Formats: sequence, structure tokens, C-alpha cells
Amino acid sequence: MNATLPQPSREAAPPLLSVRGVSKRFGVVQALAGVDLDVRAGEVLALVGENGAGKSTMMRIVEGVVSPDAGTLAFDGVARNLRRASDAHALGVRVIHQEPDIAPDLSVAEEPFINDLRRTMGVFLDQRDLLRRTLALFDQFGLRNSLSPWMRAGDLGAAQRQLVEIMRALRAGVRLLALDEPTSSLTEDETRRLFAIVRQLKASGVAIVYISHRMHEIRELADRIAILRDGRMVTVRAAADLDEAAVLGHMVGRPINNLFDRAKREPGPTVLALDRVTTHRIRDVSFTIKAGEVVGMAGLIGAGRSETASAIFGADPIVSGTISLGGVPLRLRSPADAIAAGIGFAPEERKAQALFLLASVETNITLCVPDLISRAGFLRAGAAHRVAREQADNLRIRTPHLDQLVAKLSGGNQQKVVLGRWLARQLKLLILDEPTRGIDVGAKAEIYALIRQLADDGLAILVISSEMPELIGLSDRIVVMASGRVAGEVSRTEATEEGILALAMTDNINSDRTDL
Amino acid sequence: MNAVLDKTQSATPDTQPAESLAARLLRGIGTHNLSLLIALACLLAIFGGMRPDVFFSARNIENIGQGMAILGILATAQTIVIVSGGLDISVGAVVGLSTVGIALGVQHTSSAALGILFGLVIGAIAGLVNGLIVTVGRVNAVIATLGTMAAFRGVAFIMSDGQSISIFHPLFRQIGSGRFLGLQITIEILLAVVAIFFVLMRYTVVGRNIYAIGGNPVAARLAGLNNTRYQIGVYILSGAAAGLGGLLLAARTGSGQPISGSDGLELQAITAAVLGGCALTGGKGTIVGGVLGVIILGVLNNGMILTSVPTFYQMVARGLLLILAVLVAEQQAKRYG
Repeated sequence: MNATLPQPSREAAPPLLSVRGVSKRFGVVQALAGVDLDVRAGEVLALVGENGAGKSTMMRIVEGVVSPDAGTLAFDGVARNLRRASDAHALGVRVIHQEPDIAPDLSVAEEPFINDLRRTMGVFLDQRDLLRRTLALFDQFGLRNSLSPWMRAGDLGAAQRQLVEIMRALRAGVRLLALDEPTSSLTEDETRRLFAIVRQLKASGVAIVYISHRMHEIRELADRIAILRDGRMVTVRAAADLDEAAVLGHMVGRPINNLFDRAKREPGPTVLALDRVTTHRIRDVSFTIKAGEVVGMAGLIGAGRSETASAIFGADPIVSGTISLGGVPLRLRSPADAIAAGIGFAPEERKAQALFLLASVETNITLCVPDLISRAGFLRAGAAHRVAREQADNLRIRTPHLDQLVAKLSGGNQQKVVLGRWLARQLKLLILDEPTRGIDVGAKAEIYALIRQLADDGLAILVISSEMPELIGLSDRIVVMASGRVAGEVSRTEATEEGILALAMTDNINSDRTDL
Repeated sequence: MNAVLDKTQSATPDTQPAESLAARLLRGIGTHNLSLLIALACLLAIFGGMRPDVFFSARNIENIGQGMAILGILATAQTIVIVSGGLDISVGAVVGLSTVGIALGVQHTSSAALGILFGLVIGAIAGLVNGLIVTVGRVNAVIATLGTMAAFRGVAFIMSDGQSISIFHPLFRQIGSGRFLGLQITIEILLAVVAIFFVLMRYTVVGRNIYAIGGNPVAARLAGLNNTRYQIGVYILSGAAAGLGGLLLAARTGSGQPISGSDGLELQAITAAVLGGCALTGGKGTIVGGVLGVIILGVLNNGMILTSVPTFYQMVARGLLLILAVLVAEQQAKRYG
């Protein structure tokens, strides 16, 4: 499955991209310091490193969006000075970012061909020609079943948008394709399909730079691994020469212990009970969580996991069924009701759904405890400071001071701020949706340890995650959802990735849901 | 000249301690106010240099203060609206509507207090209408208040039958040009309003929640805040502030005129707020910044009149200033993003 290493003959030619001594400083942050890197045609190079290690800066330089303070870029052995993205595009460099970069009102077919639309009678879009060329492109990568040519691009899911962007890059004659965390919002299935495309591109001589936090993907795809730490290139080696522990060790600069170590514990009384809960997006969902228990929730994208969380948190109105907390049925009209009942929720999209980026760490932490930090509606600066300080210390939030804007923290510390907001309250149930998405390995380990400790202290925790190892490692039980229903439940001891996936795929086809 | 210096100093203490407080509490954001102070110093130097005899005279400085009173109330209220993620273009029209309401109220009841109350309530109701259209109706704030701007103006004409209504009650003359403890009452009302808004936005839970719903409405809802209630409240506040502005205008002119407040007050209020550091996307901006924005506008207006800049050119300058303020804000946002 793993491709062989690049042939000697290929190494003789100059590398497709050759980066030498590139440095870049943003204010006080030295994002990159004297980085060397070669990328060869027809290889998959995995670029790994913790958040803030310089991967994104590296890609932005290669893409021509950021210009380096020092150092050179050479393509095919010829030094080039990239001033803007179009310079890089002309050299066949394309970067697919996590955030989609598409025109929402164009159709899938129009996206890749937007610069080359043919016309009939001089004015009308030649739809037949467009369809023919689009389908040809689909067939090349076996995408006829995954994409529909006339769908509006803005209505596509993350995976489909990514495919459209890749199609567009291909159309433009891509020679170096960089993928930034491409699988972070993909299901297993979609990931498989993406990998197939990556392998096909590689076979046709395209150089691939693959940025990911997921070790198993890197193991599966990469020919070579380049590891960045604190803006320096720590090592670039053949993937076969680096095992997982070695990669993590290089990334963090210290050895990593077992992420999911934990003591066995006895769960307490039932805290959360869902009884045939139905909203407009989920149907007949029933499960329970006991005090001190971590229940995982698995499923494909759109299976109704986040939607279940929304229902429990009062963000989605319930059509029928009951949600009870500590035996008392809840009447949830808004998140405020859920919060008052003792539920905390760290949503999937930290920045969009949880954080106030322009506000301080202190404000972000103390937002949900107005009673603790005010008297008669007036803020008490000292009290707010104490509450925030306590959470920042407990969670080891790395920030120069509590007045720091949350926007300036790393992803891991931002997530801790969100957790701090809920832990400042007396909680009965904590819901975590993708708690470690986009978080580097070191912070991940801390979040896992924290979840464990909170459960040991008697909190009921619901963890939604698309990362199977994480889910299996953390959870006492796993509820698997498919098509808005509970497809099954597996205990920690019987949980396997294959078993969960099989459940997640059940009645995927005979779904009676009509929306996306 | 000495008397002049005293006057300028008596104007600054209101902003000075607040500014230093702001710098202490919100490290980064203080720099914006500092740049506003520098801009203000430049304006003072330019106009002072061109008309040294008149510009720094006690009379002129009071003129500037007088001229700023209504704008100051509207701009600081506008700052709160913009921080909450909204925009209120209808404030100028509400000022006019309120002057008519006050004049009619006084005319029919012969009571100054009832007339004033009537004007303020009309302003608050206008704000409530705006708030309901924006939240319940989910209409974009710009469009909603653009529409109500025209509608409120129309209501003012209907109520007054298109006529100017004189107010003869002596209390209004007192408010419009009287003094209390040596300072003009108009300016004192402005200072009181600014102080209340400042405390509201900086030292209360409500103020902090307004920043939150403007900064990230989705996250605010998921943090248990009732966005709708806050938004409606903010528009009511803006309407009531415009009602108060109407009172000051009615007091100064001794009449209620449906046409009053239509000379680009809303534009100037928004300009001052944006100059003061408000992001039109919400969640960012301070009352102190808004006040500095108002002072800059006030000095600019006054300076242009004193240096005989033709009226039409003044309009061009005001329009360009708003665009310039947004441009600068965009550049700053880019640097932080």
C-alpha cells in the first residue's frame, strides 16, 4: 500500500520545490528560522508539527501569500520570487486550506472551469460542453457518485468542497498540491476517497505536501516526514525510518506517555437520560449518562451527533420525547435553560460558536458566572480576576496575563478557556463536541487528562469525536449514531474501530431524512 | 489667553481619567485613543494656527461644546448600538420626531415636564420599533433603520402638519442657554449621559454582555444570553438618547420642527463612533473613543466654519472622514487579524 521511496533517477533531477534558509518573523514571534525543505515530484511529504510550529507560515510562503524575511525558494532548480498567490499558481502550486475557498453561488461544474467557460452563439454558457468536461474530470477520479455537477457550491459539505477545490487545482495544471489538515472534518469514508485521489495524483507525478495531526494518516500516505518545531526544521526523513513515538517526540521535544491511561472507576447514579428525543434533525434518540461516566458519541458527519448535543443544550427545539437531568425532566427553551440546569457545552467550532475573540481571557472565562463576579449588576474586578485566575491555573492556560485577547492564544489554550468557562460553574453534565480538533499533541494529552479527572470527580461527560482512537480511548461507553438515530451502543471493552464504523454505516441508505 | 487655557483644561478632565483607566484596563486598545488625541492635537494646531485670535477664545470653545452636545449623546448611544452588532441610521429622524413631540406635548398640556417625558417616550418607542424589526423581523439593521428613518420623518411631518411649533415655556430657554454652577446646562446633560453610558459599558454585567452579543452572537446564545432582549434594549436606549437629543435641540431653537435633525446627524454620529474605534462588525468600541471621535468632529466642524470653508466643501469633508475612519479601522483589524 505504501508507495516505494522515490527512485534514484528522480533524485538526480532538481527537486520540484527547494526551500533554503527561509525565515519569517511576525512581530515578536519568530514563525520560521532558517528552514530548508525539498519537495520532489511524485512524493507525498508529510509536514508535521504542533500548532504554532510554523507549518501554516511555511505554506503561506510557498503559496506566495507571505514573503519570507530571508531565504530562497526555487522551483525546478530556478530561484523564484513569489509576490502573490497568482505567481505561485502560475508555477503550479496550489494549497487547499481548511477553510473553503470557493464561490458559493457557482455550481460544482463551473468552479473548476470558471476561467475557461465556453459559449454558444457568443453569449450563452455552453452547458453541454461544461457538463462533458466536468464528467470527464469526475471519471478520472471516480467521483460520479460523490458530486453532482449542477449543485450549488455553497451547499456542499466539507468533503465535497474539498473535492471541488482539488478538481480546480487539477484543471489549473497543479504540480505541487498542499493539503492543510484535509481530513479534520471528513468521515472515514470520505477520508478513504481522498487518500485514493492523493495516491492517484502522486502516481501522475504531482508533489503532495500533506499537513496533518493524525499519525495513522501520515503512516499510511507519507513517503517522507518533515517535522517542524518552534519554526525550525527538526528532521526530514523517510517515513519508514520514523515510528509514531519518534515523530511525536520530535514534535514536542520530549517523550509522550500513553494518552489514555486511567484508573477504573465505578459510575454513580444516572445524570442524563434521553427518552426518544426527536427534533427536526434527530429521531427517537435514547441513552443515559451516569455520574463519573464518559460516554462517547460516534457517527459519520450529519449522523446527528452535534444535533443531539444541540437538543440537550436547548439550542434546538424538541418535538417529542424527554430529556431529564438527575431524574427531573427539563423544559429547554434556550441554552440559558440548559445552563441554569447545570449543563455545559463546548461546541465543535470553537472560534465561531464559543469564543469572543476580541475579549480577554478573563471575560471569556467569567461570562457564564455573572452572579459570582458582580453585585447589583456592577462588575467586581477583583472577583472576576479571582474566578478567571483559578480556572487559568487549574487548566494551565498559557497566557501572559488574564487581559490577553483570546484571539492571540493557541488552539489548545483557547479550548481550555472554553472549558474554564463551564468549570467555573457547578456542572452536572459537560458536553464536548470534537474537543481536540485542531489542537496540538501536547495540549491534547492535557485535555484527555482533564476529561478523565473531571469524570473521576463525578461529572457526567458526553464526548463527540470523529477521531476513533480518541473516542475509544476516552469513553466508558460509545453511542453510535446513524441518520439521526441511535444505531447502537458499545462498551469500552468491546469497542473496535471496525465495529463502530459498521454501526455508523447502518441504514445509511434507507434513511427517511430528506435534508442534507 | 490664560482664560482660554483654563477652558481647555476644564474640558479634558472628563476624558483624561477615563483614558488612563482605559489604558490600564485594556492595554492594547488604549493606543487607539492615543492616536485620536494626536489627531485632535493636530486639528487644534491647524485651526489654532489659522485663526489664533478666534479659535481659542472662551466663547468659541463654548460654541464647540454646545455644538457637540446633541452629537455627543447620539454618538455615544450609537457606539453602544454598533458594539452590540447593530446600526441605527434613524437617530436624526428620531431627534426631529422628538422635537415635534415635545412641542406638541407642551402646547397641549402647558407642562414642560410632560412635554419632555412625551419626547423621551416617543424616542424610546421609535427605538423599540427599530429593535423589533431587527430582531423579530430579522431585517438587516442598515435597511431596517434606513426605512424607519424615512417613516419617522414622515410621522413627524404628519404630527406637526409640516409646521414648526413654537415652545414658549421658560424652562426650555433655561435648558437651551442657561447655566448651572457656571457651566452650560446642555454640556452638563451631555456629560451626565456620557458618564452613565461609560459606567454601563465598562462596569456592568449588561455592558459586558452587549460586547459579547456583538462580538459573537452565536457564542453569546450558547453562553446563555438572550440576544434578542439585549438588542431590543440597545435600540430603545438609542431611541431614548435621540429623544433627549431632541429635547436639547427643541430647547436651543425654542420650537419643534419636523425637519430638524435631518442635516446628517446620523452620519456624524456613526462617523464619530467609527472614528472612536467601533468595528461595524460589532463587539469592539469604547465610550471614551466615541467621545474623542465627537470632539474631533466638533473641532473640525467649528474650525471649518471659522476658516470659512464653504458649506458644500464641509459636507464633502464629513463624508470623506467617515470613509477614512473605516479605512483606518480596516487596516488596524488586518494587523491584529
